[in-house]
Amino acid sequence: MGRYIVHRLALALLTLVGVTVVIFLLIRLIPGDPARIIAGLLASDDEVRRLRVDLGLTHPLHVQYLIFFTGLLHGNLGISAATRAPVLEEIALRLRPTVLLAVSSIAVATLMGLAAGIVSATRRYSILDYVAMTLAVLGVSIPVFWLGLMLMLLFAVYLHWLPAGGYGTPASFILPTIALAAFSMGIIARITRSSLLETLSQDYVRTARAKGVPRHGVVLRHALKNALIPVLTVIGLQFGTLLGGAVLTETTFAWPGMGRLLVNSILSRDYPVIQGIVLTFAAMFAVVNLLIDLLYAYVDPRIHYG
Amino acid sequence: MWTPGSTTVSGAPPLSSRDRFGAWRQLRKHRTALAGLIVLGGFLVLTTLAPAILPYDPNAADLDRVLLPPSLAHPFGTDHLGRDLLTRVVFGTRVSFLIGILAVAFSASIGVPMGLVSGVRGGVVDLVVQRFVDLLLAFPGFLLALTLIAVLGVGVTNVVVSVGLAAMPQYVRLARGVALSVKEQAYIEAARAAGVGEGRILVRHVLPNCLAPLIVQSTLRLGEAILVAAGLGFLGLGVKPPTPEWGTMLGEGQSYLFSSWYIATFPGLAIFLAVIAANLLGDGLRDALDPRLKQA
Repeated sequence: MGRYIVHRLALALLTLVGVTVVIFLLIRLIPGDPARIIAGLLASDDEVRRLRVDLGLTHPLHVQYLIFFTGLLHGNLGISAATRAPVLEEIALRLRPTVLLAVSSIAVATLMGLAAGIVSATRRYSILDYVAMTLAVLGVSIPVFWLGLMLMLLFAVYLHWLPAGGYGTPASFILPTIALAAFSMGIIARITRSSLLETLSQDYVRTARAKGVPRHGVVLRHALKNALIPVLTVIGLQFGTLLGGAVLTETTFAWPGMGRLLVNSILSRDYPVIQGIVLTFAAMFAVVNLLIDLLYAYVDPRIHYG
Repeated sequence: MWTPGSTTVSGAPPLSSRDRFGAWRQLRKHRTALAGLIVLGGFLVLTTLAPAILPYDPNAADLDRVLLPPSLAHPFGTDHLGRDLLTRVVFGTRVSFLIGILAVAFSASIGVPMGLVSGVRGGVVDLVVQRFVDLLLAFPGFLLALTLIAVLGVGVTNVVVSVGLAAMPQYVRLARGVALSVKEQAYIEAARAAGVGEGRILVRHVLPNCLAPLIVQSTLRLGEAILVAAGLGFLGLGVKPPTPEWGTMLGEGQSYLFSSWYIATFPGLAIFLAVIAANLLGDGLRDALDPRLKQA
């Protein structure tokens, strides 16, 4: 177990280092002179040249990467071209709204998805199964930003029940959370259903039933625990989808998070900020998947590591 | 997964229930897939006939008729530049489907050969390809396409490349999986013994095994590609205006949501419909063609 954790941790770190290389190279692929972009069109050639030296752009590429990477280890993500504030500061200001939205959405998606999946699998071919699976396919097909706007139209513009956007009160979380959770909810419901159906057909489930364990006891105690393993994997992957969807949801609801900052930075070509945010998102994704992998060991004692 | 019948269950349920539901299940499975196919076909027919049946130019502004609510003359209303929204949604079908289809074709045409070679060759090649795929997958969902568009800039080609690259890992994994499962088969060995070259084995003997899952995957990816491309458009990072593209139209409509609900509503409905149709068709095809892929 200890060896497994170390191994898995090393892999996550290695992936993140890989991600820094990819982002570093991608940003350098952009046509045009970064110093010119940061300095602005009005800057003189002399200023641009000085900035180029300041930014380390005169060094060869691998040296530039090492400088970038060392800075990263010291928490230095560079300076925003737009605000001249440290990128780390810009991100820190917006981390909380994004994390809260992502966590509330994955929680709602997991609870609702699991519930729908369990109902569907245990009442197979019933009306409930049909309704749940129809909702699931609608959930995975609906554009998150459109769902957000339609919810806003109904609950904010016409009914005046909930705020149309902004961040702060608990009520402001409701619409963005539903919009963002819909897709993952559908995926989780579908995988829960198929995984549980598969487990319910196993011999040990039949044995338990034959021994007189009541139906719900079999589902909850025997089948669900095993059925949860693929569900866990999917929840981890969905967290990534959700972070991507957060960019769209935040834009829809004027949510002051990293996603909206990312979009604004792309529109204003603020590459240090883009770089920093994408790295932060990738790091969050890596940490969640690391936790999920560790959770396997807890859920499934059959898995041996090392 | 959508159709309740879509999971293979090894332990048989009581026969009677299987009989009772078997035919019905089969029927409904095909009905939903068929519905998906019909909707997709409808979109294509509509967009082909568009210039003949729609009286308006999708891009011509008419400042006397801005922000008109839906009426007989303009069933979906008009936008802030007085353009007929029905016309723009119908013409948008071309752009959105074109981007979706090209993106899927792009990612399949790079991902499949990579996966095949990786699976058949193994060793260092496999290791390098797998780490590359892991790296792409380390970027959460939509963010890879977004980052690529940030680097490449907007426009149809760049959207296709970004969306396509973001979807590529699935194809690499699929093709590699198939290659791994067939490469030890006797007929591959026989071909090799008969002196058939590596490339020919790949194309003639391994690739055909991928076709069924590939068709399923591509149908499902089409829906996703349309969604991702529309998301980019919504953020103002898709195709350049005034090209009618569903996501971009939706983004424009967002500013007028409180006064003119119809601008954002109809393009979104079109995206929703197209994606449901692709997903239903994909699910149906998966059940019919590729029982092995039945997990979500």
